[in-house]
Amino acid sequence: MYKGGKIFASLIIFAALFTIPFFYNMGKVNAGPDVALNTAAIQQLPASEQQCVESPEFMRANHMQLLNQWREEAVRNGQTVYVNSQGKEFEISLQDTCLKCHATESASKPAVLNNPVSTTAGVSNPALNESPEFCASCHDYSAVKPLCWSCHFEPKEATK
Amino acid sequence: MSINRRQFLRRAGMITALGLGSSFIISGFRKKEVAEAAGFAKAPKDLPAKRWAMVVDMSKFKTEADINGVIEACHKLHNVPKFPNTKDEIKWIWKDDYHHTFAGGHNEYLDDHVLHSPFMVLCNHCENPPCVKACPTQATFQRPDGIVAMDFHRCIGCRFCMGACPFGARSFNFRDPRPFIEGEISPDYPTRTPGVVEKCNFCYERLADGLMPACVEKSNGGLIFGDLDDPNSEVRKIVSTKFTIRRKPELGTQPSVYYLVGGGEDA
Repeated sequence: MYKGGKIFASLIIFAALFTIPFFYNMGKVNAGPDVALNTAAIQQLPASEQQCVESPEFMRANHMQLLNQWREEAVRNGQTVYVNSQGKEFEISLQDTCLKCHATESASKPAVLNNPVSTTAGVSNPALNESPEFCASCHDYSAVKPLCWSCHFEPKEATK
Repeated sequence: MSINRRQFLRRAGMITALGLGSSFIISGFRKKEVAEAAGFAKAPKDLPAKRWAMVVDMSKFKTEADINGVIEACHKLHNVPKFPNTKDEIKWIWKDDYHHTFAGGHNEYLDDHVLHSPFMVLCNHCENPPCVKACPTQATFQRPDGIVAMDFHRCIGCRFCMGACPFGARSFNFRDPRPFIEGEISPDYPTRTPGVVEKCNFCYERLADGLMPACVEKSNGGLIFGDLDDPNSEVRKIVSTKFTIRRKPELGTQPSVYYLVGGGEDA
């Protein structure tokens, strides 16, 4: 082969450089997200209410499809009650149902928006654009940004 | 190493069967039903109707202050922002004069009260909504109860609906509305993002809770809301027994907002 030695040497160097990150991180355990499934807000609820709308395994795998379904049914079909696989009924509401348990607890954000014309406050609203901690713990880890919180927000009780 | 026609066809057939079969297996695994045995239902307090309609009794809206209170109730509930530049204005309910509200039918000898009163205007929730036809993503759609609703999730901000609406009932979020919401935000309704069109929704989120729209509640009887399809409803009685006018009826959109001009018992 014409200049075979150089080609193969370069290929080996390329492959080595390309795979450095894999070898570099090999054997190191990456700490997974710490999802608070047992928050004080959930513990305060009676035992019968502590179960999520579906099983945790189902929610972990399918919450995005479930949320899409909820959106479709509530906004487009006017069906605002969800009957889960056990026959239990839930109001379809991101704010009132999901966040009743999964809201940020440590937050000290007042739910007041100031008009920048009348005040000196800036125009951005990180207080409201932030995901609740529960969503953020996984979504930050996997670098998937949910768009829910550009319109929806946490209930007032949680942002006090 | 050459193969004959028969061998070629046989192998091609086998590979095709294999490909189709494996794709079926993969899609069969993927297309799992999302919700296990889930169902959906209407809210227990949901107010049923075939055709929601509103009557604006002008005898109860004598001054701008009467209308402003109603506007404020609506805009506060729905987190409608207030932009300093009128070009960015977002409005669900607003006020206009007689000439603009009922363009084309101008009679200069009309009663002064009618000619100079401010008229409360909002989305007409037409029976034949041109905005719904214009929307390329079906973000604007007509509900079975007659409400022309918007799914903000689907709106791509093309503004075809704004061009299609003959009443100017739609506003576009050119800027981020959140910093321009005055006072405390209302937790009962989400805000919008830039690049989304919005308009009055006849408070369908309140109707699902068994409540009348916010403007109706605030109007002290100036706004009458009900099912036009129900012969015993108050709106139906007013529309069928008294003389009401609608905006631009000649366009055939069949607005659901009726104006009782010079109406009331004292007219």
